[in-house]
Amino acid sequence: MKHFTKALLGAAAVVALMAGPSVAAEKAEVIHWWTSGGESAAVKVFADQFNAAGGEWVDAAIAGGEAARAAGINRIVGGNPPTAMQFNTGKQFEDLVAQGLLGNLDEVAKADGWDKFLSPVLVKAVSRDGHYFAVPVNIHSNNWLWYNTALLEANQIEPPKTWDELFAAMDKLKAAGVIPMAQSGDAWTQVLLFNDVLLGVGGRDLYLKVYGDNNVEAVKSPEFAKVVETFGKLREYGDPGQQGRQWNQATGLVVSGKAGFNFMGDWAKGEVIAAGLTPGKEVGCVPGIGNQVYWIGGDVFVFPKTDNADAQKAQALLAHTMLTPETQVAFNAKKGSVPVRGDVDTSKLDACAQAGLKLLGTENGSVPGFDFLQTPDKIGSIQDVIGQFWTTPSQAPADLQAKFADIIATE
Amino acid sequence: MKPRFLRFWMAQVALAPAWLIVIFAYIGTILWTIQISFTSSKVFPVSNYVGFSQYTRLFGSERWIISVQNLAIFGILFIVGCLILGFLLAVFLDQRIRAESVFRTIFLYPYALSFIVTGLVWQWTLNPTLGIQQTVRNWGWESFTFDWLSRGDRAIYVIALAGMWQASGLVMAILLAGLRGVDGELWKAAKVDGIPTWRVYLHIVIPILTPMFVTATVLLATAVVKVYDLVVALTNGGPGISTEVPAKFVIEYLFQRQNLGLATAASTVMMITVLCVLAPWLYVQYFRQPRSAH
Repeated sequence: MKHFTKALLGAAAVVALMAGPSVAAEKAEVIHWWTSGGESAAVKVFADQFNAAGGEWVDAAIAGGEAARAAGINRIVGGNPPTAMQFNTGKQFEDLVAQGLLGNLDEVAKADGWDKFLSPVLVKAVSRDGHYFAVPVNIHSNNWLWYNTALLEANQIEPPKTWDELFAAMDKLKAAGVIPMAQSGDAWTQVLLFNDVLLGVGGRDLYLKVYGDNNVEAVKSPEFAKVVETFGKLREYGDPGQQGRQWNQATGLVVSGKAGFNFMGDWAKGEVIAAGLTPGKEVGCVPGIGNQVYWIGGDVFVFPKTDNADAQKAQALLAHTMLTPETQVAFNAKKGSVPVRGDVDTSKLDACAQAGLKLLGTENGSVPGFDFLQTPDKIGSIQDVIGQFWTTPSQAPADLQAKFADIIATE
Repeated sequence: MKPRFLRFWMAQVALAPAWLIVIFAYIGTILWTIQISFTSSKVFPVSNYVGFSQYTRLFGSERWIISVQNLAIFGILFIVGCLILGFLLAVFLDQRIRAESVFRTIFLYPYALSFIVTGLVWQWTLNPTLGIQQTVRNWGWESFTFDWLSRGDRAIYVIALAGMWQASGLVMAILLAGLRGVDGELWKAAKVDGIPTWRVYLHIVIPILTPMFVTATVLLATAVVKVYDLVVALTNGGPGISTEVPAKFVIEYLFQRQNLGLATAASTVMMITVLCVLAPWLYVQYFRQPRSAH
């Protein structure tokens, strides 16, 4: 009898579950990797706006970009695609487009007039052969240097403008017994640091030659040697606790005053804001030390192809919602990035974002991101050699240069 | 009694689902994997054949070489370490101690944890700024250093240590069962002859336990080949690429680096290696002894 009651209860629960969604609006399951404090506050803007527009946001957050992309691609290939999933702006979703697995967004793009408010760089990044396949949601700049203002003042250090000043400042901090540079143990953050040095010491032209043209001579040049040397010197300023530390924990060390500097993209601002501080005030920012360039990165959402009419409706609604001016301003203020629309009010953005916007507006003030230019395969190989170099203090810079040249030379 | 051929076919029909699974799910996918490894597939399998070039790239890749070396270091330390530790624990428990079941539970407990949990626990314990090193320094021994986790040349030993901590209990359980099966008369006879206890263990008990040791070794060896989660949780392959293992190489190229061709080449090499190791054992098991008549 007891069992029978239990079974009955179970059946009732199942029926209740099945009956539930039938009244709900267009459901959209969205895979993304925004899990840190600042990031989840930003993604909530999307969810709220989409729900307000009559949809139902089903959150599928997976920690770590690589893991999230792997999960999403697997589901697409396996025939059970999510309604939408996140990628970094760039080449990551290229194969999915080539295989015809992504939905075409031309209709929404035409109705909303994407051509009018998206910059040509972004249009190029999200379309293939004249068709739109992704919704760009933000513009990030990867090469920021963050510092704790109070800590610098306490040690009588001026915010550095050149690499020499930075090294001098870090020596002072080291002597004072604080961590000079907070660094995460994740390989992608080591690559980010390397590219910061490449842009800051080597300059925009060298960056474009190496990644844009795959020019091996540029990698073998003395300018690149200087980049590698500077990067090697930075190894002395990290702390032994790097291994296993996430990027937001590294930024957190600067926010809490345990470390002086941190190289990280402008999404670090989200952590500053989440801690109740103001970017540009308690935590200062330098948009690319030595050589101010806006290194464009960002995130896009793609919408896997589906035959389900409801899912298609949800996709169109979501694509529209993500790009409305209100969503863009609210989302990017939380995320620490810059809106993709050129026609929204940016005066409310913080001091750091203003500095970035100024660079973005000047000619030759920006470079396309690493992900725009190189395939995941090659980026992976570069990650391996840089990670190895960074964690092996005895490895000579020339060794990294030679390995780097080998990778750039491959197809 | 049914005719012999009928019995044979009935058995085959009963086995058919198993055969289907073996042929399609195992052999079929293995063959497919090998086929892909000869193509230039990126995210999706394509049939653009490129010969052995994925294999050339694989063995030219420093990361793969390091992965294979790490697997060897980890494998040897892990299997030998677990067998020795497990045997010692089993002998210790076999001394008719008090509260034996309590100790047995404690020793076996780590095995009930997943590798992910094991990895995280050890990561926190050995993190130089949070764990043992910092604690000892806070006690006043300022120069104490135990930073193997952040040293590329030592981190793989930490992984082996964590693995041993987890799996020794299993070996203990297997060997303890074996020890309980050793005839008490043997012990009495040895005592009468005045043979020291350690010699009894070394020359009489261990040979009797050979089948248990083989079982434990096979179980541990499969754990070695597929080691992935422990590394991901403990070091994620770092510092740098110093603790990479083959399984992680395959997964990363399969899903994150979008190079199916290279990933399948690596998994094919893994399979061939396992077959090479298993072949002599299989030969001994199934072919050397004449089959007994049914």
